[in-house]
Amino acid sequence: MTDRIEQRINSLNKRLNSEKRFRIYCIGAMSFALAWVLILFLNIFSSGYSAFYRTVIQVDVPFLNLIEDTTQFTEMSSEDINNLSMYSFSKKAIYGLFPDIEEKKDKKMLIRLFSIEFEQEIREFLKSNKSNINETETIYLTASDDVDQVNKGNYPRDLDEDKRRIKDIQLLFFDDLVDRGLVSYEFNLPFLMRGDSREPELAGVGGSIVGSLFTILVVLILSFPIGIFAAIYLEEFAPKNRVTDFIEININNLAAVPSIVFGLLGLGIILNTFGLPRSTPLVGGIVLSLMTLPTIIIATRASLRAVPPSIREGALAVGATKMQAVMHHVVPVAMPGALTGTIIGLAQALGETAPLLLIGMVAFVVDVPQTPLDASASLPVQVYLWSESAERGYVEKTSATIMMLLGFLILMNLAAVLIRRKFETKW
Amino acid sequence: MKSIKIKADNLNVYYGEKQALFDVSMYMEEKQVTALIGPSGCGKSTFIRCLNRMNDVIDICKVQGKIEIDGNDIYAPDMQVEQLRERVGMVFQKPNPFPKSIFENVAYGPRIHGIAEHKSDLEEIVVNSLKKAALFDEVKDRLNDAGTGLSGGQQQRLCIARAISVNPDIILMDEPCSALDPIATARIEELMGELKTEYTIIIVTHSMQQAARVSSRTGFFHLGKLVEVDKTETIFSNPSDQRTQDYITGRFG
Repeated sequence: MTDRIEQRINSLNKRLNSEKRFRIYCIGAMSFALAWVLILFLNIFSSGYSAFYRTVIQVDVPFLNLIEDTTQFTEMSSEDINNLSMYSFSKKAIYGLFPDIEEKKDKKMLIRLFSIEFEQEIREFLKSNKSNINETETIYLTASDDVDQVNKGNYPRDLDEDKRRIKDIQLLFFDDLVDRGLVSYEFNLPFLMRGDSREPELAGVGGSIVGSLFTILVVLILSFPIGIFAAIYLEEFAPKNRVTDFIEININNLAAVPSIVFGLLGLGIILNTFGLPRSTPLVGGIVLSLMTLPTIIIATRASLRAVPPSIREGALAVGATKMQAVMHHVVPVAMPGALTGTIIGLAQALGETAPLLLIGMVAFVVDVPQTPLDASASLPVQVYLWSESAERGYVEKTSATIMMLLGFLILMNLAAVLIRRKFETKW
Repeated sequence: MKSIKIKADNLNVYYGEKQALFDVSMYMEEKQVTALIGPSGCGKSTFIRCLNRMNDVIDICKVQGKIEIDGNDIYAPDMQVEQLRERVGMVFQKPNPFPKSIFENVAYGPRIHGIAEHKSDLEEIVVNSLKKAALFDEVKDRLNDAGTGLSGGQQQRLCIARAISVNPDIILMDEPCSALDPIATARIEELMGELKTEYTIIIVTHSMQQAARVSSRTGFFHLGKLVEVDKTETIFSNPSDQRTQDYITGRFG
């Protein structure tokens, strides 16, 4: 008798132990996955956050040297100001930081502390403040990428001079400017507003954010109604026969087609046959819609299928037509699921790169697009473009762009969760 | 003898290859309760779903024979099924209120048929339907609450209110009490007694006591055949077929 009890206890302990082991494996798997996500986020954040700040240097600009009476600027149009020759004037304003230097070479080095567009920045300042320009104005000019990186501590100062992009004398100038309190560190608003640039300190993600938003908008407008209607037809109205089976299999296959194939399709048909403008969010959106459609159709069908058939019967039994039963009772219940599927599809489309490369959204575009018909970049393609550049400014901007992309994705997924929570039918 | 409301003539129903009903012929009297009893899978639900052509929804279902309501063949090509279902309401086994408010549940039918011209008419129909379904007093303060939030018995009465909201002649009930407790069942049975003054009621039930309590005529189905149909007293006291005798005495089923 006691033997049997002991045997049972042993067997029970065995089962309990195996459950314990199983739990440990599960926790281990989860921790492993979480650790990688954490490493990814930490890595991107630590190398990317500094791109949201930029270094500027205060320069006193004596506008009196440009014109005899600064009130005359008030009467000048923007075009007049554009026609003013300001290059040597702007350079002289910068030389004013170190009046003692004489040698041409040193002066050149001093100019190179600033971004190449310093003349343009002074001109823009003049244009936007032309009615109340003082004789001398203090302007914050963008520092060059090298100075910016030194200021952020991303650039090693202890290398030999010939291995550094920034020269000893420039470091001397820079340290002196820091001591005089003329160097400051500010939020990098231009990074969020501007388009791409060949100069890392001037490059921004504004163009690709707008490009991505236009693209997603096109995807939403095209794939949401088409996907929902296709799903409703297939699930509720289509007869179950070989043709619909064939369609169903092909929709599932479509979801598994590599995205670059859709890019080829876009290149071959949408660009070459239909002749739509290359590199535009419109074409990008059309191509990505093809990719998003199967996701939306599959998600919508699944949520339509989850609506209990008794609801359809209830509606039919009071004399509703098939369409009324579907539209009044089934679709509203299935809508949260369909919306969730749509948002997940859009999030996929937002992060997609390969098809956009083929339809030319990989072009170097400086202007922020105004309409979906303007050539444009998109966030993932911007990451791809900048990740190939050597300058340190682009390295941090690559990570910062990834941060923006991840931010958008997290926001969209959050929206999907909230929609599901809020509108889900409680039975 | 009451006048005949529904008449089925040599009805055969097939689900694909499988035949579910064999040569069923019976009639149902106006403003009476007719009960259909029989073991599971005997075809009584299939039969009742033919009466409002609910079986049309099933692709593989094929119906042969004739069903006449007030002398009109409901499977005639010019019969509109939506119109038929307006006249023949149905209450299902499991309460299936729409996931909408109590008011909307009852108002849906009148609204799609355009029965109510004004909002006040609609409100009147909803209130009357709920009163007839003996639910109004319980829900009058919360007509805008979800219909799915009611108890099982209340949900079933809400479904009855929904069925009578379009003012049908006939109400089909497919095991309406099988998901309910005895108290809720008693209320529904009581309700049927009231409703039969206005409506012709056909009820499918597994409970022989229920059939005996509520119905005036009873039909016994077995293996897709209508074995016997007669006055309820006759079926339960003096059935003419041995199978009916065996079933009602609990020897099988």
